[in-house]
Amino acid sequence: MIPLFVAIPLGAAFIIPLISKIREGSARWIAAGSALALLCLSVSSLWWVRKGVLVYSVGGWKPPFGICMVLDHLSVLMLLVINLIGFLVLLYSLDYIKKYTAPSLYYTLFSLLLAGLNGLAISGDLFNLFVFLEIASISSYALIAFGTEAEELEASFKYLVLGNVADLLILFAIGVLFGRASTLNMADLARSLQSISLTDPVLYAAALFIVGFGLKTALVPFHAWLPDAHPAAPAPMSAMLSGVVIKVVGVYALTRVIFSVIGITPLISSVLMFLGIVSMAAGVLLAIGQWDFKRLLAYHSISQIGYVVFGIGLGTPLGVAGGLFHLFNHSLFKSLLFLNSGAVEHATGTRDLRKLGGLCRTMPVTSATSLVASLSIAGVPPLCGFWSKLLIIMAAFQAGHTIGAVVCILTALVTLASFLKVQKFAFLRAAEGLCKGAREVPFFMLAGMVLLALLCIAAGVFFSPFLELVITPAAQVILEGRRYAGFVLGG
Amino acid sequence: MRQESGMTLIVKRITRITVSLIFLFGVYIMLHGHLTPGGGFAGGVIIALSFIHLVLAFGKKAALKRISETTISAFESIGGVFFWSIALGGLLFSGVYFLNFLPKGEAFSLFSAGTIVFCNIAIFLKVGAGLFAIFVALAFLRMPDEKEEGGKAA
Repeated sequence: MIPLFVAIPLGAAFIIPLISKIREGSARWIAAGSALALLCLSVSSLWWVRKGVLVYSVGGWKPPFGICMVLDHLSVLMLLVINLIGFLVLLYSLDYIKKYTAPSLYYTLFSLLLAGLNGLAISGDLFNLFVFLEIASISSYALIAFGTEAEELEASFKYLVLGNVADLLILFAIGVLFGRASTLNMADLARSLQSISLTDPVLYAAALFIVGFGLKTALVPFHAWLPDAHPAAPAPMSAMLSGVVIKVVGVYALTRVIFSVIGITPLISSVLMFLGIVSMAAGVLLAIGQWDFKRLLAYHSISQIGYVVFGIGLGTPLGVAGGLFHLFNHSLFKSLLFLNSGAVEHATGTRDLRKLGGLCRTMPVTSATSLVASLSIAGVPPLCGFWSKLLIIMAAFQAGHTIGAVVCILTALVTLASFLKVQKFAFLRAAEGLCKGAREVPFFMLAGMVLLALLCIAAGVFFSPFLELVITPAAQVILEGRRYAGFVLGG
Repeated sequence: MRQESGMTLIVKRITRITVSLIFLFGVYIMLHGHLTPGGGFAGGVIIALSFIHLVLAFGKKAALKRISETTISAFESIGGVFFWSIALGGLLFSGVYFLNFLPKGEAFSLFSAGTIVFCNIAIFLKVGAGLFAIFVALAFLRMPDEKEEGGKAA
């Protein structure tokens, strides 16, 4: 069943352009149906992995000789994030994307993006990981430029150039590892690197991976493309980019390669923590002065992804669990916030907070869901963002990283301030000229936002069973590090 | 005398002779992909070049009359769907995704290697149509503020 995660969206992506020549309207239902099927598959995959890691040999060629797909708890968590957010965002798109001229193209690219991300999450082969990364990246370049206005094209081009630099570094690092160990299968590579230990070329490859995936994640010294690219895309696509793409393409791939293949060392760990702390602080400080709704959210993505990388970089069970839980939560509330911003733009035609106002009366559902998301991202209990931030801060104190913990707390406070600003200017204060005639958005857009808001609340209220069922096993995969090889190859 | 689109008579006459040869060569490379160097990708590039050759010699109007953008896009998707269904065929007929489920035949003969030949055909369609589509997009799409250039597309 594992290859279906790639086969279903890929099939949808190829069939949509053919069918839409005959019936234009059918594209959206094919895309939505395939996304729903993927969501069901990823939920059921929680049960598949209960007995242990699943390995699938593509074409019947056994690893390490053939390409293999690996499903462990970490992959399941990523699949859950991708397909859950993917489905809800697609639901929202059904109404939102009508205002563009070629909706069938959007659905094709969206399915292709899902195929790339799902493939990345289940790939057990380093080069295959790169190929899926390229599929996901190229479809996101195209989706950012979907509006084909000057601003969108510029943002997309900037992302394309920096993204290609990142790809080049990653490919080069894969080459270095391949030259050292003569294998590309990740499990086999982990096993052969154990005997080589961390010699210079391997450390060099690790540095290249950190810069390459750091560019994809938009960690702070490498973040220049994100504040342009994420606001320029259509709103559902921004939700997908901030909510899912930077996590799977950046954080997941980085964690998988660093922890399961190369092996974590104190040096790499402190580099990750440093990048995390810098991103947290710089992202939120840049965000607070923004007046463009989506640009503000984009800067917050940098800051929140800093929490995730910091938590994972700590390397303690609590820290990694907190980081992964925050990854999941961030995908929920950041997608929701971007969908809210899309709804506001859809209704009023502007994203400038200074021109908005009074939307809590004219758009009650959008306003309520955005309140849930804002409180979640600011870490107000009992919503989901609170628990994951609490776990990360506790883990930081436990591990003796007081500076990191203090930065985490301060960042949470500034985040709260920044989202109070959003709430005040967009929703709560008296109505401004543009917003007087605003009306609530159509049904599917509301459905996507309401479901995400409910999930935000649910993940906060039921955090303990969720942590036990999904997050802790996934954190265990990271903590076991290079024993990944034993699970995949046996022995 | 009316200004015709495309290049001179000499170029057009020679193109008429060579295009079909280039096309056949592409098909040959594709069909022998499992025996000799080459395969679907190389074959696809060659047939895309044969169409680009037509565009260069006859101008975009004459070339796009023979093969329209819709056709290109349809062929590209068909290539993708074909490749995908070969992979799914492995899953349906023998339970493993991408398994080579057809009889392998005798080695080094034209009809051998099971699904590899069909994979090559699918890649051939996808690459050929895709490359030509990229060329068409680069050559003909203009930003609104640029002036439309008539005649020569090269």
